[in-house]
Amino acid sequence: MTPSPLLRISHLSKRFGQTVAVDDVSLEIRPNEFFSLLGPSGCGKTTLLRALAGFEDPDSGTVTIAGESGELDLLRLPPERRPINLMFQSYALFPHMSVERNVAYGLQRERLDRAVIRQRVDEVLQTVGLTDKATARPAQLSGGQRQRVALARAIVKRPRLLLLDEPLSALDRKVRAEMQLELKRLQHEVGITFVVVTHDQEEAMSMADRIAVMSDGRVEQVDSPVDLYTRPRTVFVADFIGTSNAFVGTLTSGGVMVPGIGMLPGQSVSADAGPEVTLIVRPEDIRFAPTGQAVLAGHVIDVQYFGGASTVAVRVEGVDRPVLVSCQGTTTLARGDATGLAWDPAAAVLLEA
Amino acid sequence: MTTTSIGSGRGAARRRALIGRAAFAGPGLVYVTAFMTVPLLLIATYTVLTRGRFGGVKWEFTLGNFAKALDPTYLSILGNSLLIAGITTVLALLLGYPTAYGISRLPRQWQAVAIVMVVLPFWSNFLIRTYAWIVLLNSEGPINSALVSLGVIGAPLDLLYNRGAVIAGLLYAYLPLVILPVYAAIERVDPQLQEAARNLGASKARTFWDVTLPLTLPGTMIGAIFVFVPSMGNFVVPELLGGGKTVMVGNLIRDQFLEARNWPFGAVLALSVVAFLVLLFALQAMVARRINSAGPRA
Repeated sequence: MTPSPLLRISHLSKRFGQTVAVDDVSLEIRPNEFFSLLGPSGCGKTTLLRALAGFEDPDSGTVTIAGESGELDLLRLPPERRPINLMFQSYALFPHMSVERNVAYGLQRERLDRAVIRQRVDEVLQTVGLTDKATARPAQLSGGQRQRVALARAIVKRPRLLLLDEPLSALDRKVRAEMQLELKRLQHEVGITFVVVTHDQEEAMSMADRIAVMSDGRVEQVDSPVDLYTRPRTVFVADFIGTSNAFVGTLTSGGVMVPGIGMLPGQSVSADAGPEVTLIVRPEDIRFAPTGQAVLAGHVIDVQYFGGASTVAVRVEGVDRPVLVSCQGTTTLARGDATGLAWDPAAAVLLEA
Repeated sequence: MTTTSIGSGRGAARRRALIGRAAFAGPGLVYVTAFMTVPLLLIATYTVLTRGRFGGVKWEFTLGNFAKALDPTYLSILGNSLLIAGITTVLALLLGYPTAYGISRLPRQWQAVAIVMVVLPFWSNFLIRTYAWIVLLNSEGPINSALVSLGVIGAPLDLLYNRGAVIAGLLYAYLPLVILPVYAAIERVDPQLQEAARNLGASKARTFWDVTLPLTLPGTMIGAIFVFVPSMGNFVVPELLGGGKTVMVGNLIRDQFLEARNWPFGAVLALSVVAFLVLLFALQAMVARRINSAGPRA
């Protein structure tokens, strides 16, 4: 069912002096996919992107891209010959060229016919809604407009793969939400495979079909946004994606025995969780329970109301961080109230400690 | 009432800001006015006065000094100066740009070393360095002896006291002045712009031609002006290395003031050189504006 990958990265590594920026990364990116590389700054995602574009030489590993005549060894090609375009975080628009000359630049390098270039530039400017800015210089545009020029300049080349380095980070919140939708729409429309690098988990979750979570140069997990959230495979992923409550203990037949707290509900789904485990439970999976049914007891230290939902922070004796519980709408609980907490064993995720 | 007090408060604040700015700019402005603007105005005035018999000027209005400047003898000297300064500038750019580019590609810590090396000659006296070229170029000098002993030439070449020697001397003197601004300009170009060009399908050479060169053009022109201007006005190098046979505008101006005692004519020549330079700077500003239209890069 899975189509053959467009891009295959195998055991790619890159070090700078003593630091390993990319550590034995293997990834497969499928055609027409909206793929995201997600991780905190310094996790190696930008280095990986630059290696794909040809601006960093990996120390080891291979990258191949599916071409008309079989697989193409990407790393042997100079940057200008790779069927990949990159949208830079800073946009990197040529300040001395007008919008249309910026967009036409890549097509001129392909030595296309003047009329063809004209037509494709006009088309793409229409797609991104900048027809009336064709003769403006980048300095005369707003942040959102510049972003769209950068995008137009990259997609007009009709690359097999479009890499986007933190495409929305320079925009303010409101424009950002708009551009997220816009990017998704464009990706559908032009049918290009997108690889977006971002440190913003919400951005990745809302846009990507699949996400690779990176940490310290390694890929922690590659999955759909839903699977990443509901079935994180490492503590790092559970912590990085969304909010989670974590308890470290020993797996027994009756649940997880946490020293100083007691037995917490949770069941082993796979065999790979050893006796020492971290139990992860999401705030929305915890409910308030009367004593007797509760597995944890504590008192409320803070209530935050977010319109549709509230988050209650509960201090539990023996747990370092307050346990976060989210509930629909408002809550009758107030600071200082004593409460019990409970959750279904199936809602908890057990990970190797 | 309130409005007035706010208004006057604002006025006072503005005055304070103005005084503050004047305190910073003041000393420099006074210096420039006293030792640059006033002499320049004097020179401008002298151009329309009559020469005094023993130097100085007589306060009689005339346009004759300008007419004299159009005499073919003087025009040819002006042309010769333009040619020498022009060739020097072109050579300085051809040598200096690649040097600056090379320096900008060195590892950070070596860039600083290279820049110090470039300005190192400035630490010794210009006159002494120019004299050294006489030693270097004369018929028994190291260049000629080396070429003769290697058998490349049979007899020593006449390297000294000609236009080539003047150009060599000027080039040596002012090459650093082109390297520094060009280096600064190249350093300011965002490397991502070059990467963007490569990513869009441009070769290294094409990227240089389409991105690096245009973006460094204003800085390069500054470098060119820095070489052209002092080359044009220089009279030490043509005298020492040109042996007095190669007369440049600088020599002519000095002679008018110190030997021919024709101050008004000297003033005309000096002013025409200044006018020429103003023109060059205007041209540079125009190009810079075209390239960075609507301000600096964001």
